Amino acid sequence: MIGKPMRNLWRGFGGNIGLSFFAAFAMLPLLWMLSVSLMSPGEASSFPPPLLPKHPTLENYMKLFEYSSMGRNFLNSLFVASSATLLSLTFNVSAGYAFAKLEFKGRQLLFRGLLSALVIPAQVSMIPLFLMLKGMGLVNSWIGVLIPFVASIFGIFLIRQYALSIPTELIESARIEGASEIRIFRSVVVPLLTPILITLGLFTFLAAWNDFLWPLIVLTDSDKYTLPIALASLSREHVQDVELMMAGAVVTVTPVLVLFLALQRFYMSGTLAGSVKG
Amino acid sequence: MKPSVAGWLFAGPALAIIAVFFFLPVLAALAISLTDFDIYALADLSNLRFVGFQNYIELLQRPLFWQALGNTLYFVLVGAPLSVMVSLAAALLLNGQMVRFKGFFRTALFAPVVTTIVAVAVIWRYLLHTRYGLINYGLDGLGLPVVDWLGDPRFAMPAIILFAVWKNFGYNMIILLAGLQAIPEDLYEAARIDGANAWQRFSHVTLPALVPSLFLVGVLTMAGYFQLFAEPYVMTQGGPVQSTLSIIYLMYEEGFKWWSLGSASAVAFILFVFMIVAAIGQLAVMRRYGSGV
Repeated sequence: MIGKPMRNLWRGFGGNIGLSFFAAFAMLPLLWMLSVSLMSPGEASSFPPPLLPKHPTLENYMKLFEYSSMGRNFLNSLFVASSATLLSLTFNVSAGYAFAKLEFKGRQLLFRGLLSALVIPAQVSMIPLFLMLKGMGLVNSWIGVLIPFVASIFGIFLIRQYALSIPTELIESARIEGASEIRIFRSVVVPLLTPILITLGLFTFLAAWNDFLWPLIVLTDSDKYTLPIALASLSREHVQDVELMMAGAVVTVTPVLVLFLALQRFYMSGTLAGSVKG
Repeated sequence: MKPSVAGWLFAGPALAIIAVFFFLPVLAALAISLTDFDIYALADLSNLRFVGFQNYIELLQRPLFWQALGNTLYFVLVGAPLSVMVSLAAALLLNGQMVRFKGFFRTALFAPVVTTIVAVAVIWRYLLHTRYGLINYGLDGLGLPVVDWLGDPRFAMPAIILFAVWKNFGYNMIILLAGLQAIPEDLYEAARIDGANAWQRFSHVTLPALVPSLFLVGVLTMAGYFQLFAEPYVMTQGGPVQSTLSIIYLMYEEGFKWWSLGSASAVAFILFVFMIVAAIGQLAVMRRYGSGV
């Protein structure tokens, strides 16, 4: 007969084996991408499919930056994602705080309205938004790409949920000492919100970096393409160049993966906070 | 400055932007879907005419629309439950008391969620390659028949579902894991004392306690899956023979390839209606079978 500790050991072992399968499922495509990106041109298209490069080379990366506009696309993506992050923090944080801590007329009603609007898919707004931008001459502009990121219902909601935990007495006592509302916001509220600011910033950066449909609609000039748009169009032209495409995928995916790994704690807590029903 | 004024000043800018660049366009989309907005109207608005529900009626008569709707429902109704089941399996394993290296596994399993969809769709296009793809190589190694994944209309959507499960399961896993961790250990202890085996503990303790989390991930996943676009755009371009053309893909082509913006807006609204119906349907199912929702 197996004793309890022994049985637990086996159960843990079984769990780890199961998890190893899941981890292989999740990680193999990404590792394969990295490996193929280091292969010589044509190497991956052979049978049996090679797992590791015979002679690892950076040729594909050099080709990518020399003969395609990847370098430029990378900078475009960096600019769009950073700007989106700054704009989102500027507009959503003050609004989220107001909905949590400042009494104003119609607040409850407005908030409920915003929450129920979360069910409207963004795609419904895209055609008129495109026409609006066209009317303003903003098609193919950075402002056009950034518009959907400036203020978001989800962002306001995320900040509000966190800001609810700020003790009201803290704000009250600052008010009694004569601090202005803006001053209270800047020196009392924002420092307390720091963790959720990082979360919202991270979410926005990743969403803007990974965004596809909207920039595909708005950006018409290949000089302005962000990485996903450039990669999608490159992959239609260079279907056969597996190694080159994998180098492109590595360049696109690495920044967001690194950012996620560095700030994982904030990402996970935000995922849970954002999914709590209001 | 009174706090009430401050409230409006702090919330105002964001609300104004959401009103102008989201709510207004949504209402405008409804209006545009009732017009024949096309490339001529795009050049000169005086060519615009009100046509009532004609766009909707014409769509309902087009086989391509039904194909896109059918494909999308296939993706949602097969892909979403499959995703949630995989997420649940992963969450249960991660919740195991004796499991080591939890942090590592959690990160590894979550990584695909944050990746750029276009980039990883490109990877999968090659993994699914008929001759040189690793997936067929693996099938062949196991003695199974190889499949022309992205070239055969019967297999293109299953291939995209497989990809979507890979890309998304980590997200729901995190939410479900939090739900599992919130179940009090006493409940399991009591069930054990009553002689419940592992399966009975799962079906009588774990599942009922997890109903709110399952409802949440179900709604989120379905809503996300209704918006299928980038996967077929990159992997199959809607083919072969339109077997992966989705509703949003149809909207994109109607609107930005053919410039039939009236018809494209109608497509978007029909999708919206389906999403609401699906969410209400799920709510009804959960109310019936769940407790405490």
